[in-house]
Amino acid sequence: MARLPAMLMGACATAGLLLAAGCTDAPQATPGSLVVDPYVDLPGGGARYAGDVTVGATQAVLPGTPTPQAFAAMAGDTVTFPADQVVLTAEAQLIVARQAEWLTRHRDFRAVIEGHADEQGTREHNLALGARRAASVQQHLVARGIDPGRISTVSYGNERPLEACTDEACFERNRRAVTVVSPAGAGV
Amino acid sequence: MTLSRRSLLALGATLPLLARPAAAQPLRIEITEGVSEPMTIAIPPFLDEGGAAEQTRALRDLVARDLTGTGLFREIATGTMPAQGQGIDAAPAWQEWRAADAQALVLGAARMDAGKLHVSFRLYDIFAARPLGDGLSFDGPPEGWRRLGHKLADRVYSRLTGEDPYFDSRIAFVAESGPRTARIKRLAVMDQDGENVRYLTDGAELVLSPRFSADGRRIVFVSFAGGAPRLAEIALDGGPPRLLPSEPGVMAFAPRPSRDGRWLVHSRSRDGDTDIWQTDATGSLARALVTGAGIDTAPGLAPDSSAMVFESDRSGAQQLYLMQLDGGGEAQRISFGEGRYSTPAWSSTGDLIAFTRRVGDRFMIGVMRPDGSGERLLTEGPHDEGPSWSPNGRVVVFTRQERAENGRARLHAVDIAGRDMRPVELKAAASDPDWGPLLP
Repeated sequence: MARLPAMLMGACATAGLLLAAGCTDAPQATPGSLVVDPYVDLPGGGARYAGDVTVGATQAVLPGTPTPQAFAAMAGDTVTFPADQVVLTAEAQLIVARQAEWLTRHRDFRAVIEGHADEQGTREHNLALGARRAASVQQHLVARGIDPGRISTVSYGNERPLEACTDEACFERNRRAVTVVSPAGAGV
Repeated sequence: MTLSRRSLLALGATLPLLARPAAAQPLRIEITEGVSEPMTIAIPPFLDEGGAAEQTRALRDLVARDLTGTGLFREIATGTMPAQGQGIDAAPAWQEWRAADAQALVLGAARMDAGKLHVSFRLYDIFAARPLGDGLSFDGPPEGWRRLGHKLADRVYSRLTGEDPYFDSRIAFVAESGPRTARIKRLAVMDQDGENVRYLTDGAELVLSPRFSADGRRIVFVSFAGGAPRLAEIALDGGPPRLLPSEPGVMAFAPRPSRDGRWLVHSRSRDGDTDIWQTDATGSLARALVTGAGIDTAPGLAPDSSAMVFESDRSGAQQLYLMQLDGGGEAQRISFGEGRYSTPAWSSTGDLIAFTRRVGDRFMIGVMRPDGSGERLLTEGPHDEGPSWSPNGRVVVFTRQERAENGRARLHAVDIAGRDMRPVELKAAASDPDWGPLLP
């Protein structure tokens, strides 16, 4: 829950590849300019950042800097599950494989996996179901070489739906595990 | 608050026992007879015996509301009532009350005396033309008038149903606000009729599953303080919540305190596996009760805490299992119907287990005997969940969530015959009710 401030606090320590403004005297990205991020592979080319590329109010990050947003964009931070299922689908396994790859490259990041259930079951069962989904992702990451000490899990059961649902397509979006990365030592 | 109470024995003793033929049944309405017509009851304005004009009105209305809210009683209109006699102990005009179609008559009075509010009442069986039980009087601080009223309604209810009372009790629940995708949840307690809501947490952390201690003085619950679900406890007479010890990598939830308050059962999740554990009240000792792959959770303790019912998906879908806690024996499956069974709650009287049953997208609250026999469904709703028993084991309160996008969770209650009770009127959305013990 306290993940947003954490990623900012660690930005200086993790700017190995590119320079993070505020840590060195490198020139800051010019507000108002159009920046194409070559590291993000989206339809139509790289992601386009129009204007200020600052992540927070004070600390700017250049494109390509490992950040939670970059993780979400490059690897995908969310996998969904069929009703009552806790085993990763083939599609989900691809996403988790990309997450493992990203975490292998950025060893100074750790991850919290948040498991969720849709609102159809009972509350306490759903807490347990969310825990199993988070554990499924964790086990896949560990199987792909990520140190278990870098990963923790939490379940929110059905307490934090993405959407209030009345149909199955919506319920499926809520049955998810979200991998939230943050720089190690940020006190998550 | 303490209530002092004395029987008006002198008055009771003067009443002749000969008014009733020996073979006559006492005036009685059976809760278990689901289709019975409500009993007609007359509750004329209470008598002001000095300085309590306002309280007499409020008390009468509260008593009428408690009684009619059960669905067991129908109040007869004030306009059809005969004129009142002299005081609550004077014999009512039986013929006139019969003509007014009253089966039972409650006469009440109140007065202020030395800073205390005194309330007394008598209950009459109109057709047998005799009082039902002795007169009773209660006194307490004027600000506690609601409890005096609930005590009075409890006595009337007990005498007319033969069941133990429950109106003077509280319900712990989770008050909800904000959008469904970012709900703010606060721990709260209220009187069982929805009045006197008190918030115990400020909503900064997500809270779930409040459960009263057997003495009703503390509430154990699940807090997300620190990020992951863990057990916490709060005293109702003040002080901040206290977090029970937790292990890294372990989530703890679904707490249920034992009757003697010395230990509790709860669920623990580690590496995705959820088991049921027992821990002492300080959280320093712990042992596993139910282990194995799958989700074992939502324990419900027997009233004497000697056995436990819980839900497990070990068979594929959630079903109910029963196990003895005194050191032996496998858990026995007790639910076998279609769909899934969850959130078992053992009644305080021990005779029934209430549960949530889901078949497809239908949710029901039902009851069964502890051996799994005699299953009856009491409700069906878009999402009914989490029954909790009244102190007398005759009513369950549960959460009803509307399925619509902006649907709110509300608390509803139903009795063991499936009779709908008046819904608890709360301004805010509410879920996860736990009915506390009868207050002293």
